[in-house]
Amino acid sequence: MFEKIWRAHEVVPETAETPAVLYVDLHLVHEVTSPQAFTLLRGRGITVRRPDRTLATLDHSTPTDPQQVFGGVPIRLESAARQVAELERNAAESGVELLGLKDVRRGIVHVIGPELGATQPGMTIVCGDSHTSTHGAFGTLAFGIGTTEVGHVLASQCLLQRKPKTLAVDVSGRLAAGVSAKDLVLAIISHIGVSGGSGQVIEYRGEAIRALSMDERMTVCNMSIEAGAKAGMVAPDETTFDYLRGRARAPAGAEWEHALECWRGLPSDASAVFNREVALDAAQVEPMISYGTNPGMVVAIGGRIPERDDEAFLKALRYMGFEPGEALAGKRVDVVFIGSCTNSRLSDLRAAAELLRDRKVARGVRMLVVPGSQQVKRAAEAEGLHEVFTAAGAEWRESGCSMCIGMNGDTAAAGHYVVSTSNRNFEGRQGRGARTLLASPATAAAAAVTGRITDPRELKA
Amino acid sequence: MQAIHRIRSRTVVLPAADVDTDQIIPARFLTTTIRDGLGRALFADWRFDSNGHPRPDFVLNRPETAGCEILVAGRNFGCGSSREHAPWALHDFGIRAVISTSIADIFFNNSLKNGLLPVLVDEGTHSWLLANPGADVEIDLEAATVTLPDGRRAGFPIDAFARHCLLHGVDELGYLLSQHAAIAAHEEVRSR
Repeated sequence: MFEKIWRAHEVVPETAETPAVLYVDLHLVHEVTSPQAFTLLRGRGITVRRPDRTLATLDHSTPTDPQQVFGGVPIRLESAARQVAELERNAAESGVELLGLKDVRRGIVHVIGPELGATQPGMTIVCGDSHTSTHGAFGTLAFGIGTTEVGHVLASQCLLQRKPKTLAVDVSGRLAAGVSAKDLVLAIISHIGVSGGSGQVIEYRGEAIRALSMDERMTVCNMSIEAGAKAGMVAPDETTFDYLRGRARAPAGAEWEHALECWRGLPSDASAVFNREVALDAAQVEPMISYGTNPGMVVAIGGRIPERDDEAFLKALRYMGFEPGEALAGKRVDVVFIGSCTNSRLSDLRAAAELLRDRKVARGVRMLVVPGSQQVKRAAEAEGLHEVFTAAGAEWRESGCSMCIGMNGDTAAAGHYVVSTSNRNFEGRQGRGARTLLASPATAAAAAVTGRITDPRELKA
Repeated sequence: MQAIHRIRSRTVVLPAADVDTDQIIPARFLTTTIRDGLGRALFADWRFDSNGHPRPDFVLNRPETAGCEILVAGRNFGCGSSREHAPWALHDFGIRAVISTSIADIFFNNSLKNGLLPVLVDEGTHSWLLANPGADVEIDLEAATVTLPDGRRAGFPIDAFARHCLLHGVDELGYLLSQHAAIAAHEEVRSR
């Protein structure tokens, strides 16, 4: 599948002297990694080559406080307000469509692409954000790039690329009840390591992957970068087509039929060769939680922190305030965050709401629920999920990256433990000194209810 | 971009593995619309305490580190976020090359585009460099070699095109734009 997409987008094949010129079908842009790229173009008198293949939104430094989005209160952080204003100006001057602050379609860049049907099988998609791998769930080749490359794509609609290697991750069996796609991808990262995917594009395959919904496949592909991979992909199938049918930017009528025919030819042939293959049994996966400062440091929620004595490991545990060999279940929690491009879609909010219904957030715990997009928000409200969250005592926010990256006012205090559905537990990621525990929406909701690290299956029983 | 031929400098050593770009520059410094002046934010939470005072024990704060242009890092340096602010901050601080056994893909690419040379060496050379902070090391980009103080030499892989751009101080955009006709032809075929 990777080979087919790569070949179809090679404008100029690579040689020993020069990288390939690779065509980009869809370029997603946000306020934090684009300003310097637009400045570069302006400085050289270059215009955006294909504004029609470029889509911009506001998510990273944009606040999720309803007052600052819709209440007429100015964006509190002046530098963030400047980034928003600059993207508004850059988009207007270059003819790029921007889903602006109050647009009903605005949201996290990796949530809105699929939701609008702009993400389609067989495409190449890039964005100045490492979680662009999310879009690979549709059988696209999608990866994150730096700001200089954002400039390259704006100017030429192409990138200079060396062809990456391929890694097949075969997941047999089925996930057990109460185990989610987030648990699966955390298990995969812990299995192959945080640099195990370096220089490679992962194709997730097997019975367990086929059984996942599109939301779940996006959660898995989203975290490919946490294993160091360039991209993650899942072959498109009826689940993919059912998701896309009727979406605003998906093909319609005769074009839909034609697209389906092309998309059905994308999956890897039986004879496809990968540079490397690894296998996992989904049935063995349990609800997972991280205990350290990278996404490979995870254990089953009922398990214990491993006992190792290397300095990096001990430094991570010191930061987290944990000891080797300790059990995680029962540990105190201060903040619960449901959101991010990993787990902020409607199904994620439903999973959290299911555990919170008729329950309260534990005393002393702050819980934020941040829908991935304004469309997700409205859909959740139509089902009454917001009432479940607010009745329980959680904050119901506007869409954005929020506490996943903590550059928009949503941060946790030093020393506080945050059970988070986001993707990175790096030191200081959610606020200086804040301690992140990565987990699924169900595990996060369970922690909110008990104020302790809790196996969500215990609350469901 | 300044052309690079040779980098000769004492090394500064940061042995930790899996140093992510959130450590290299925390997200709160990314609300900028320019790329200059980010050296002050480099490793901000490791260099400074919560009151903004330098931590004297952190290697980048030690007096002997001043002027070092070569950073020897642990494996998988620069993992995580794609923020190009990470190489911008390192370069602005005065670092011109990062030596490790592995460097995360996006950071590696971003570095090449900003005159920060990512150098991958074998385990033996790396172990020696980790054990000998402050060593005088020479990196020759043309020959793609790292020379240790005792004259031992290790090669490193470098893409021919990236090397050409770095040696001549040109960025890749000019080359990409020169492919205009091929890009237009590709668009024409794909739109049918």
